Amino acid sequence: MTDWPILSVITFLPLIGALFILVIRGDDEIVRRNMRYTALFTTLFTFALSLVLLAGFDPNAPGFQFEERYPWFGLMTYHVGVDGLGLPFVLLTTFLMPGVILASWHVEKRLKEYLIAFLVLETLMIGVFVALDLVLFYLFFEGGLIPMFLIIGIWGGPRRIYATFKFFLYTLVGSVLMLLAMIAIYWQTGTTDIATILSQPSTIPVDVQKWLWLAFFASFAVKMPMWPVHTWLPDAHVEAPTAGSVVLAAILLKMGGYGFLRFSLPMFPAASEFFAPLVFTLSVIAIVYTSLVAMVQEDIKKLIAYSSVAHMGFVTMGIFALNKQGVDGAMFVMISHGLVSGALFLIVGVIYDRMHTREIAAYGGLVHRMPLYAFVFMLFTMANVGLPGTSGFIGEFLALTGAFLANTWVAFFATTGVILSAAYALYLYRRVVFGPLEKEELKKLTDMTWREAAVLLPLAVLTIWFGVQPGVVTSLYDSAVNGLLAHVQAGLEVAAGAVKQAALP
Amino acid sequence: MSIWNTFLPALPEMALAVMSMALLMLGVFFRKRASDIVNTLALLALAVTAVLVLMTGQQGAIFAFGGTFVVDSLARVMKLLILFATALAIIMSVGFMKAERIERFEYPVLMLLSALGMMAMVSAHGLIALYLGLELQSLALYVLAAMNRESVRSSEAGLKYFVLGALASGLILYGASLVYGFAGTTGFSGIAQALKGGAHLGVITGIVFILAGLAFKISAVPFHMWTPDVYEGAPTPVTAFFAAAPKLAAMAVLMRILYEAFPDAAEAWRQVVAFMAVASALLGAFAGLVQRNIKRLLAYSSIGHMGIALVGLAAGGMEGLRATMLYLVIYLLLTVGAFAVVIAMRREERAVEEIEDFAGLASTNPGMAFTLAAMMFALMGIPPLAGFFAKYFAFVAALKANMVALAVIIVLASAVSAFYYLRVIKVMYMDEPKGAVAEMPFELKLVSALSVVFALGMVFWPQPVMQLAQAAIRSLL
Repeated sequence: MTDWPILSVITFLPLIGALFILVIRGDDEIVRRNMRYTALFTTLFTFALSLVLLAGFDPNAPGFQFEERYPWFGLMTYHVGVDGLGLPFVLLTTFLMPGVILASWHVEKRLKEYLIAFLVLETLMIGVFVALDLVLFYLFFEGGLIPMFLIIGIWGGPRRIYATFKFFLYTLVGSVLMLLAMIAIYWQTGTTDIATILSQPSTIPVDVQKWLWLAFFASFAVKMPMWPVHTWLPDAHVEAPTAGSVVLAAILLKMGGYGFLRFSLPMFPAASEFFAPLVFTLSVIAIVYTSLVAMVQEDIKKLIAYSSVAHMGFVTMGIFALNKQGVDGAMFVMISHGLVSGALFLIVGVIYDRMHTREIAAYGGLVHRMPLYAFVFMLFTMANVGLPGTSGFIGEFLALTGAFLANTWVAFFATTGVILSAAYALYLYRRVVFGPLEKEELKKLTDMTWREAAVLLPLAVLTIWFGVQPGVVTSLYDSAVNGLLAHVQAGLEVAAGAVKQAALP
Repeated sequence: MSIWNTFLPALPEMALAVMSMALLMLGVFFRKRASDIVNTLALLALAVTAVLVLMTGQQGAIFAFGGTFVVDSLARVMKLLILFATALAIIMSVGFMKAERIERFEYPVLMLLSALGMMAMVSAHGLIALYLGLELQSLALYVLAAMNRESVRSSEAGLKYFVLGALASGLILYGASLVYGFAGTTGFSGIAQALKGGAHLGVITGIVFILAGLAFKISAVPFHMWTPDVYEGAPTPVTAFFAAAPKLAAMAVLMRILYEAFPDAAEAWRQVVAFMAVASALLGAFAGLVQRNIKRLLAYSSIGHMGIALVGLAAGGMEGLRATMLYLVIYLLLTVGAFAVVIAMRREERAVEEIEDFAGLASTNPGMAFTLAAMMFALMGIPPLAGFFAKYFAFVAALKANMVALAVIIVLASAVSAFYYLRVIKVMYMDEPKGAVAEMPFELKLVSALSVVFALGMVFWPQPVMQLAQAAIRSLL
């Protein structure tokens, strides 16, 4: 344990970096380089600090660690802390951000605002995973909309306006309902402090739980995104700049899953059990349907976006299996998907920067000109498919095991998704990388630069490492998941006791 | 001594009245050259009045004039806010009025008189005193709306405001006479005493009429029709003034009359207020979607925001009243910031106010674009900006009072309204520039900086605003 406020420093360091960039004056090449390096070093330093956090973290201790609490508004406090559920996502965020900045090295259009937007976004994303007050969580959760709206809307593709409005409004409608539910929790429990609310089994009456669960579901299901409210995602992904897509896929989507684990399950255990069949149905539809949709896409980014929806289906399925394997699997899928989908969007970015098109039909035979690229692409395609030996396999396997224990049919249908994912991912790979190199403009392509490779290399290393030694990751959240499930069980017993009491004459 | 004691509580009002009349004389004597001097002195007069307000007793309620005039914490805080808003409006007008060549020394004097009326309103503790204050502020506002005599739209705005305003005043008078008839008194405490046993249908009718008249002043649905036209037609600084100070005053009066005169008829008026809240929020959200003029857009935005401010009033209790008060303070600063940018929008010596005219503002004039964008996100209620906390506390109060359906409808309406705020940001940040606009004058920069600092900074240091709101409602509990 450290006695300095490490979590707040990690959270707000990017914001301070953004302020630095704000005061840099001028617009010539040197100034631009300084801005880029400021952003890069800020994110790198944040990552280094989060490693210090990791070193000081005790995975076996119950409850929250590195807690900080200051008075804020009368009703709520500034309370942050991490446990095994939040820490992996903090690390994921801080780990990916330097890569995101590096991947935007060539951005020239309104560079200053661009870097500021990303650094502000980083602060807000980290904040989501460390906030231990409902309102503080909401503040970070919803605040992230502002930079993302600007990132897609200003630096996006041709249909960026449509995409960014859709993204903003979808998410907003979901989350305002969650805000009301949070206020309702406050009036039910008398506090907005998450740690206090979670310190004892949920005693919220079951019928109230159901409404609150639905309100939270409205927000997280959109954020995940789950079928049928996923339609903003392909648009947002396709139009966002590469770095925006990476952040969106790798981190923002995880907020939905994290929210389910942090709020829906422990606070509304009875409702979670009640609505599990609904979530299973939606998850299975998401897995099968969006995989099929992915297969017919003409646009590389859109294909990956649909594949993200399908993978998130595994996450929701695993979470609501409400058993150890399921939740472990869901956590693992989220972390692995954060690495793999981020990498895939970076990979698309590499060829997009050269050819300025994302049409699958415009490519073919890249292996002849870009062997290194083909190799990296292959690696992450396999990880996306869930090949054993990559991180993709562990998570999906665990989630499916959990689903199998909860409901065999769900597992049966969801498993077809694994096959389908192999179909669309390999089909994409074949069309883009293999085949004869016929198109004239492709013949001048150069292989990845050292910078592009440097961004992808750490991701590749982790993908393989987590695939062969998953214990590194699971040990982080193992006891937190056990605690969560025990908490859910206790909440269910309380609810059952209340029902029994009501049934007595 | 006893005369002194009687007049002391009203000293700020009397001083302001004397000073504004003196300024009028001054203006007449100096004629053409007067407007700069009068503007400066008007600001000084407001400052003097504010100091006097601060000096008239710090604790408890002081009654005067046979209990028809009260100085309590609500009155003190509201008076300070009204003076502050008026001062901001005068500061924002200087450059605009010069550029449009409509600067006149009457303008600041009318603003002072209107502020005087508002101060009398928020201190009124009887129906007659209330009416006097209301009329004083309204008559000054009618003239202000028509300030630009050469412009047809401005004259139309003034006339429209006058006709509908007169109707609203009539409604209030009619309601007041009904209440007087059944309660036998016009003093608020007397009315509350008389209604202890339960309100007669006639009294409730009276309350509804009074509510309708005051709803007109805060432009709540269904008495909002004048708002977009008057906002659009009046000179922009006048619109900024309309959007801020009179709404504060009318809302404070509404608070006082409902909680001090009719607390026992709460069952009856709660439904009316809740209806106005929902209807205003919905109308503000949907009608705003199709607006092309930024001033009309802000008019519908203000209708929607008044709807949410009414939520706290309908919910009642400490949470509810504090929410409404907080909402008013936050809304005041945000709307002033937005108008500072709109006032500064001049291209080729002409004021431009179509939303399309803001195209590409972010690249031609980043400071203005950033200010307006921050105000838009804040008015949308996106955290961590100040507007979020206004909404948050309103919903906290609503859910405490078990008004779940109302909260859900209003929260969804506010999500709808996000669309038009976003459109303004989109036009500024994502469209091609339409050509440079004039540099923002210094005084407007000052005002917009104040708003931006407030909108972004409240999350870090909320205590002052919270304490202000808490202090204001102390006398009502």
